[in-house]
Amino acid sequence: MSSEVLLDNPHEMGCTGLPHRKILMWAFLASDCMFFGSLISTYLVYRGHSTDHPLPEDIFDIPLTSTSSFVLLLSSWLMVLALSAIQKGKLWEFRLWTLGVAFFGSIFLGFQVYEFTHFVHSGLTLKQNLFGSTFFVLTGTHGCHVAIGVLWLMSLFFYSFIGGVTKERSLDVEIAGLYWHFVDIVWIVIFTAVYLLEYII
Amino acid sequence: MHIEPVKEKGFYDFLGRQVEPKGLIGWLTTVDHKRIGILYAVTALLWFLVGGIEALAIRSQLAMANLRLYSAETYNQMFTMHATTMIFLVVMPLAAGFFNYMVPLMVGARDVAFPRLNAFSYWMFLFGSLLINASWLFNAAPNGSWVGYPPLSLFQYSQGHNYDFWLIGLQVLGIASVAASLNFITTIINMRAPGMTMMRLPVFVWMTLVTNFLVVLAFPVITIALAELMFDRTYATNFFNPMKGGLPIWWQHLFWVFGHPEVYILILPPMGIVSEVLPVFARKPLFGYPLVVGSGMGIGFMGFTVWAHHMFASGMGNIANAAFALTTMTIAIPTGVKIINWVGTLWKGQIRMRTPMLFALGFIYQFMMGGFSGLMHANAAHDAQQHDTYFIVAHFHYVLIGGALFGLWSGIYYWYPKITGRMMNEARGHAAFWFLFIGFNTTFFPMHWLGLNGMPRRIYSYSHAQGWDQLNLLCTVGAFTMAVAVLLLFTDMFWLSLKYGEKAGGDPWDGRTLEWSIPSPPPVYNFEEIPTVKALDDFWITKHPELLHHEEDSAAHAAGAGHGAHHVHHDDHGIHMPGGSWFPMFASAGFAIGAWGLVHSGGMYHIKEAIQPALDAAAKAGVSWDQLVSTAQTVVSSKTPDAQNILNVVNAESVLKLQACYNGVKTAIVGGVLGVLGIFLWALEPIGGYYIHKEKEEHAGE
Repeated sequence: MSSEVLLDNPHEMGCTGLPHRKILMWAFLASDCMFFGSLISTYLVYRGHSTDHPLPEDIFDIPLTSTSSFVLLLSSWLMVLALSAIQKGKLWEFRLWTLGVAFFGSIFLGFQVYEFTHFVHSGLTLKQNLFGSTFFVLTGTHGCHVAIGVLWLMSLFFYSFIGGVTKERSLDVEIAGLYWHFVDIVWIVIFTAVYLLEYII
Repeated sequence: MHIEPVKEKGFYDFLGRQVEPKGLIGWLTTVDHKRIGILYAVTALLWFLVGGIEALAIRSQLAMANLRLYSAETYNQMFTMHATTMIFLVVMPLAAGFFNYMVPLMVGARDVAFPRLNAFSYWMFLFGSLLINASWLFNAAPNGSWVGYPPLSLFQYSQGHNYDFWLIGLQVLGIASVAASLNFITTIINMRAPGMTMMRLPVFVWMTLVTNFLVVLAFPVITIALAELMFDRTYATNFFNPMKGGLPIWWQHLFWVFGHPEVYILILPPMGIVSEVLPVFARKPLFGYPLVVGSGMGIGFMGFTVWAHHMFASGMGNIANAAFALTTMTIAIPTGVKIINWVGTLWKGQIRMRTPMLFALGFIYQFMMGGFSGLMHANAAHDAQQHDTYFIVAHFHYVLIGGALFGLWSGIYYWYPKITGRMMNEARGHAAFWFLFIGFNTTFFPMHWLGLNGMPRRIYSYSHAQGWDQLNLLCTVGAFTMAVAVLLLFTDMFWLSLKYGEKAGGDPWDGRTLEWSIPSPPPVYNFEEIPTVKALDDFWITKHPELLHHEEDSAAHAAGAGHGAHHVHHDDHGIHMPGGSWFPMFASAGFAIGAWGLVHSGGMYHIKEAIQPALDAAAKAGVSWDQLVSTAQTVVSSKTPDAQNILNVVNAESVLKLQACYNGVKTAIVGGVLGVLGIFLWALEPIGGYYIHKEKEEHAGE
């Protein structure tokens, strides 16, 4: 791979002074907002429409989900540390924090797998009732986003061992970070709208 | 001029990437926005023929009372595919063809921001369009209209793969559209030439920007709606199933939250084209440029506030009806502003009646007609009479043919010389215009009366007693007149003018915007040197320097100063052109295979549920799944139940269907993995390509 092409690449920076990829990522996140917005509104519109049990109050375990949410939020903090490390050129620190983000993300996914399994054993399936349909599709879609993020971060982690992640190319990490923070923020909204709402209204 | 390849060695060499694109491989691996633009436009025009043939089939069936040219089931497929094709496979990609070809030229860039992503968008579009049309081969073309309302579209009521083709096909096309839009948003915001401030962008570029924001914000909503319906059909969820408390009207809301912005996605690019054509052929600057841009943004924003006017007849209640009637009527204001500004541009202009101008004028008149009938059913009380009648059909064809298509044809005649280097024949162009104009009005104007006389939309046939015979025959005659215009355009575009047209030169129309400042067809690198823009309509100002105001000049210098940084790179290396890549096509082929699998998994859990007793019996008897499938094959071919009496003929057929669904899921997984692999390889692939060095003497010679 020619470093000349990468470092001196005329196709990277734009007239606003921002790199192209950052603008693309922000526009994509705007699109993703509408994506999750549609799913969350579907969930809220159908809240209380289920004709069969189990209902949220039958099966939700708020302490458990709060724990996994806390782990996911912590991962955002590690993401900030990872970006800051690579911007200073501290490669080993970057690897450590990135691995941490991916690990915390995986813990969140593990909790989700446990929760889904538990719910299915309690009789809540995709087709059991509207709550099942809307809940699994919404949180499952979010889980897919987290899984993609974990794959992305692990790619960066391995890529760093063949010289693919450097101080000069910290933008790669920044873009992945934007995505990761967004997925976290969406979880705050989902956690509020799906889990906490049951205790308020 | 000589070419120096980028030196690179490694893994990617085995793919034999071309240094300079040539021949068929050059087209398949292209990342050049001009080639991708041509691919988009040619593909869209081919689908235009298909959609047109479907339209003629519909009009033939309706030409006279009590006709039975083909079955009602085929008729349902005909009008569904006509609409789906014309919207998603013709108007959107034809506009995308112009975005691709023209936007980088008009903002003074050498390509779009992400050339390989751009190629990916095209291949996704191509494969998606092939997927949705492949349904014809299985006699399973989508058959419940382009809005796909449940409960009709649920598996319980539509058991074939018709809707699965529609759902997954649209999903693939949506990915293509969103990817392309992200790319153009970045290009327009971030790749403007020095001095090209936002308020110096040509109006077409502005409308492209607004359109692409609409795509990015509206398509996710339909993605979710389609996914929910797909889950209902394949995994037996309850999103739109009234038996389990689901609300079919929630589909309508999601669909139209996408569907109404979609209308503006279709019409804003042609509005941009017309705003380019009118000033050039009236030989005056566009009247009220900031207002035209602002009202374009206003239309885009308000496009998200009016969706429920498609649902006035669904019983939403008076308050919702009144609110959406108000927002809908309000949207006429920015639209009216645009029309006034176009007329103002013509006022006291030195008008040249060339073919692009004719189509632009046709656009203004007919779009206005469509707007007036739109205002009529913006009134909810009126709409109760007009909903789902031919009045609506007349209205949206006035907007989509009279508006969008006339605008796009104007663009074809306007930019054809730039793209091919040859002029289109004026006499044939005028003939095409009059055939299309007269044919169009003959087809669709009588539909207003038919609708007010109560002829319902999507009706297969009617009787003499209803009194719709003469007007319907007139509509059909008009439709075939339009077909003549289409044949004229196609022979002219792809044959006569392409081969025999006179050479165009760089600036055949005495144009105003940057694309006319370079040779026709443009060189692969577009601009030898990235231009510095001094004013709105910069090329016109360059030709007439006395028009440049002092204030604008100094503003340009101030703006230019901040822009210098991004084009210093080229001086010592020459112009860098990125290398071609196989991976955009590879990745989208993978996703297309996956989509094919998803289509064939449609109905899986419903089928499984229906034969659950037989499956349980088989499990009890210790029969494995593979054995059950082979038993089922014997049962189906011999038409007698098996010895253990687990499967009767009906069950056996379901077992085979279920097996096909499972195979579909496997195909989907394989395709998805291939697609992701393609994206990984593409992300790691070096840009490569080559440097073009222009010799000093050549500079002097040109």
